[in-house]
Amino acid sequence: MSISSSSIPNNVDLESNRKLQKALVAWQPAFLEWWNDMGPRGYQQDDIYLRTAVSVDTSGWAHYDYVKMPDYRWGIFLTPSDPNRTIGFGDNKGKPVWNQVPGEYRKELRRLIVTQCDTEPASVEQQRLLGDSAPSLYDMRNLFQVNVEEGRHLWAMVHLLHEYFGRDGREEAEDMLVRRSGSEDSPRILEAFNKPIDDWLAFFCFTMFTDRDGKFQLGGLAESAFDPLARATRFMLTEEAHHLFVGDSGVSRTIRKTAELMLEHDGRDVRDFGAIPMSIIQKYINEWYSASQDLFGSEDSSNSANFFAASLKGRFGETDGKSYDDNVALEGCKELQWAENGVLTNHEIPLRRAMNLELADSYRRDCEKALNRWNLNLEKMGMEKRIYLPSNRFNRSVGVFGDAHYDTKGNVITADDFAKKKADWLPSQEEKDYVKSVMVPCRKPGEFAPWITPPRKGIKGNPLDFDYVCFNQR
Amino acid sequence: METATQESLISFETHPSQYRHLRLEVEGPIARILIDNHEDGLRPGYQLKLNSYDLGVDIELADAIQRLRFEHPEVGSVLVTSAQEGVFSSGANIFMLGSSAHGFKVNFCKYTNETRLYMEDATEFSGQTYVAGLNGIASGGGYELPMACEEIYLIDDRRSAVALPEVPYLGVLPGTGGLTRLVDKRKVRRDRADVFSTLAEGIKGQRAKEWGLVDDVFPASTFDEKVNERLSELADGGYPNRKGISMDALTPVQEGDTLQYRHVSLTVNERDRVATLSMQVPDALPNIPENASDLGADWFPLRAFREWDDAILRLRFHYPEVGLVLFKTQGALEVVRDMDEQMEAHKEDWFVREVTLFMKRVFKRVDCTARSFFALIEEGSCFAGSLFEFALAADRIYMLEEEGVSVQLTNQNAGTFPMANGLTRLQTRFIGDPAHVETLVKRREMMDTETADDFGLVTVAADEIDWEDEVRLAVEERVSLSPDSLTGMEASLRFAGPETMETKIFGRLSAWQNWIFQRPNAVGEKGAITLYGQPVNPVFDFNRT
Ligand SMILES: [Fe+2]
Ligand SMILES: [Fe+2]
Repeated sequence: MSISSSSIPNNVDLESNRKLQKALVAWQPAFLEWWNDMGPRGYQQDDIYLRTAVSVDTSGWAHYDYVKMPDYRWGIFLTPSDPNRTIGFGDNKGKPVWNQVPGEYRKELRRLIVTQCDTEPASVEQQRLLGDSAPSLYDMRNLFQVNVEEGRHLWAMVHLLHEYFGRDGREEAEDMLVRRSGSEDSPRILEAFNKPIDDWLAFFCFTMFTDRDGKFQLGGLAESAFDPLARATRFMLTEEAHHLFVGDSGVSRTIRKTAELMLEHDGRDVRDFGAIPMSIIQKYINEWYSASQDLFGSEDSSNSANFFAASLKGRFGETDGKSYDDNVALEGCKELQWAENGVLTNHEIPLRRAMNLELADSYRRDCEKALNRWNLNLEKMGMEKRIYLPSNRFNRSVGVFGDAHYDTKGNVITADDFAKKKADWLPSQEEKDYVKSVMVPCRKPGEFAPWITPPRKGIKGNPLDFDYVCFNQR
Repeated sequence: METATQESLISFETHPSQYRHLRLEVEGPIARILIDNHEDGLRPGYQLKLNSYDLGVDIELADAIQRLRFEHPEVGSVLVTSAQEGVFSSGANIFMLGSSAHGFKVNFCKYTNETRLYMEDATEFSGQTYVAGLNGIASGGGYELPMACEEIYLIDDRRSAVALPEVPYLGVLPGTGGLTRLVDKRKVRRDRADVFSTLAEGIKGQRAKEWGLVDDVFPASTFDEKVNERLSELADGGYPNRKGISMDALTPVQEGDTLQYRHVSLTVNERDRVATLSMQVPDALPNIPENASDLGADWFPLRAFREWDDAILRLRFHYPEVGLVLFKTQGALEVVRDMDEQMEAHKEDWFVREVTLFMKRVFKRVDCTARSFFALIEEGSCFAGSLFEFALAADRIYMLEEEGVSVQLTNQNAGTFPMANGLTRLQTRFIGDPAHVETLVKRREMMDTETADDFGLVTVAADEIDWEDEVRLAVEERVSLSPDSLTGMEASLRFAGPETMETKIFGRLSAWQNWIFQRPNAVGEKGAITLYGQPVNPVFDFNRT
């Protein structure tokens, strides 16, 4: 396997970088093998209308064409460097950014990169069976687009490991292809990435809520003093925006379909028409939102303080000039209420220890924007029903809320009460089975499953009945 | 109080003609080291009364011991005694200790401990038996020094005692091997040792002999005569056939960040807290002649190891902030291997043996130095045999994977340079696999990186693409870690295997002493060392751990 710029589009001077070439000679074939084993099952030989990034400038980062997924040109792109960039936050604020990994932060940086990197292939694995139940060719194509781009994110992070972490980095990169979502022996690092996503509502919730966690993690890393990491994650964020769009619009279209049926057939159960009841949608949101909040880690965290102090990971928008005045964060506290002996109690978390919380708060505000739009749609349609975000305290297993039970409004309740009410808030197995049962595949161009509305427009100006996927195998 | 500026003036080289405290007298097969400490020490602020000593005195002592071995190999016994009336020595100067930074105290004690061990080494391996003639009170370090001698004779004048008053007087330990030698070497019963070590005024006369604190006591009238008799007996005519060499000064030159010796260079990067210690082996070495001492002080292994030793001492005292030292060598493997083979062939020659013993002591000095060491084996390195011991003494070995980069073992790795634990560095490295050590020491071929790695001789093997990054990251990471925890970690990992008196001195006695030196009961506002010599009693925190 030759390592060349034509097979691997890049802006990291791969042609003349012997270190990267050496690493990729072994890793690229292993990646392809992994993709064929663990990537989308059953559609590897079909032509998919995909977007490929072939350069970082505006004309090159979104190039559309039919491509068979294994031939996708996974590339390595970093947002172009700014030679004058200085460190924007933490103890090293104001100093020039680092173009090498400082040895003293090697383990922390490796951990940050490895944890982020591991989620990229994990989500591909989680979603590998979804093609079979795609509600349309349009959605199927979006799924594969997300999948190949998560593959590219893997490349982007692996590039950092290969380029900056020597032998250890190569070993970590190898492990990325060895761990498997849900495997008993070598599971993915974060628990949320170990359960399969086997219905499309879950997929939309994942891209809406869990990928959005990714957006905020990447946003924190995009502030990093380690410039290659900042540049890699900045470019990843441009792709991530599409994944969030898939999730946001997917949930929204599902809600709309249910609302339409409710209005049309006043009083009848939308299940009669193969759609998903609003209550189940809400329960999915409750489940995915709370699981995604867990991904931020504890609200009071010395790790997050260390990462911030060392200028390794900032807050979202840390240096955009609008979000934060104080980029050192040595003073001040974040107030937070959590249960102590069954009573909500005020707590103060020193700001630096509250960096996960800062990120999670920005995340919630971002989610709320999407919910407001969905609710505006419902209002415009003349619906009374509204969708809500559960309290951050609800259904948490990580962090300061993990030790007690709360309802969706954030009130403290007993474990017994939680067990009793659980079915009102979270989807039961029966409900999940029901959702799965309506996931009928729609393979004709322009056709959509009965539980979801078509989108407003197609991809890249193409009509909705465009052949987003051309099947070659059957 | 930081004393780095004063310490930076310390030179570890001296000559009997420059001694300010000791006198070295050689009379045929018998040598005498007379302690007559000048009141002015290395720096102002204390006076070396009652033959108390500071580092300056110990540098002279170390010099005397070393010169006796190389310049006066004919000597068979050495008397250590006092030239002052009524007092042998009152030990390390307490005002000096009280006014020294912690790091200096630790290094001072380490150096004095090494010097004491050199006396025992000379007695055991060079046939120069040390005898202490205590013609007055020997107290604290002033009694620990005699304990490093083979035999101790005390004047019985109803006045002169041996004593270890550190615990009752100073709230610290007799840390120059005292407690360890009492029970391990002199085999004093532990309960008697306990009584003795808490008895400030010490023990005199017959009782001192009974308890095994001294070997004999003689009345003043016959003391000199008896001691001289014993010295003659021990010297047994000495070694008239050995012709000593003359040891010249090293006089390194400072060039920018580099201290340049003839074969060794020490480059210090103060900003990164990293130093490089490098040995350059000449293209060819002279063959060892019939009388090896004809080679003189210029002979490569003697000169180069003296330089290395001096550089290690400077690192300890002059560069406390340097956390990591990179060991490098340059030259041809064959030259080193050939040197080792010749030394093996001439090992019966006194001079070759003396140089070999000295190399052993330098390696031990490295083992006992509280800095991280990484050996870097690169293009042009010559880590063979004796020089490979530097790599084995290092905490990690980084080896470049490239054509022509090799290491090689020789007979010198098979037992010539035992560590403080009595094992070779290979035995210690592979403590769980003696058979592997057997295989290795029989294997004399050059080993490329892959082979060396297979044999477990390499920590990290990296090719030329990875090398620079691998080393840079390891270096940066190392110097970012807590220096205290690294000191403790390294000292714990370097000495696998059995305990010896020596490992106990450095690993137990010194470690406790260094702990006590940090505690308020010794150095706090009302600590015993702080208040020493003042009309106030120390106030202890009586909580025990
Ligand atoms: Fe991603
Ligand atoms: Fe994503």
